[in-house]
Amino acid sequence: MSRPYIRPVSRTGWWLAQPRYVRYMLREISSLFIGGYMLIMITGLYRLSQGPQEYAAFLTALLGPAGVAYALVTLVFAAYHTYTWFIVTPKAMPLVIAGKRVPGPLIVAAHWLGFAVVSVALWLLMTAGGA
Amino acid sequence: MGRSHKPIVWGLFAAGGTVAAFVLPMLILITGTGVGLGLVPESTLQYDNLRALLTHSLTRLVVFGVLFLMLWHAAHRLRITAHDLGVRADTLVATVVYAAAGLGSLLLALALIAI
Repeated sequence: MSRPYIRPVSRTGWWLAQPRYVRYMLREISSLFIGGYMLIMITGLYRLSQGPQEYAAFLTALLGPAGVAYALVTLVFAAYHTYTWFIVTPKAMPLVIAGKRVPGPLIVAAHWLGFAVVSVALWLLMTAGGA
Repeated sequence: MGRSHKPIVWGLFAAGGTVAAFVLPMLILITGTGVGLGLVPESTLQYDNLRALLTHSLTRLVVFGVLFLMLWHAAHRLRITAHDLGVRADTLVATVVYAAAGLGSLLLALALIAI
C-alpha cells in the first residue's frame, strides 16, 4: 500500500495562504501590541506612584513620536480586536430569551451600543478633572 | 490525574478580551494618541489629574481589575500566537508570558497601593 499523500504546509508561513488566515493572524497578533501597551500603562502608574518628577519623565516619553506611533498602531489593533470579539460573541454565547434564540446581529449591535456608552463614560471620567 | 489549569487561564482570557473590546480603544485614544493629536485636553494626563482620579480606592480597584484582565488576556493569546507561528516550545513560551503577566500584575498592585 502506498503512503497517503500529505500536503506540505509551512509551519511558520501557513497563515499567508488565505486572506482569512491573514485576518486570523492579525487578530492574534493584536495581543502583542495590547500586552505591550498594558506594560506601558503599568509603568506609567508605577512612575505616578514615585512622584511628579518621575512621572513627568515618563509622560515626555509617552507623548514623544515613538510613544504616539506605538499607541496609534495599538489603537488600530485594539479596534480590530473589538470588531472581531463582538462578531464572535453570539457564536460563543448564544442567547435564548423566552424559548427564542436572539438573532446574532442584534447581540452584536447591543455590544456596539455598550461600547459607545463605556467609551463616553470613560472619556467624561478621565477628561472632566482637567477641564 | 492532575487537574487542568485551562479553565482558569481561559476564564482570564475571555474576561480580559471582553474588557479590552469595550474599554481599550477609548483608553488608548485618551492615554496614547489623543493629546498628541490635539483631541484630548493636555491636562488629562497631568500628574495632579491622575492622582485625583486615583485617590478613591474603588477607582484603584477598578483600574487594577481592568489592566490585570487585559494583561492576562494578551499573555494567553500571545502563547497561542507563538504556537501558530511555529514555535513548539509551549512550556517555555507559557512560562515566559505568564511570568511576565505575573510580574506586571505585581508591579501594578504595588504601584496602585503606593499611589
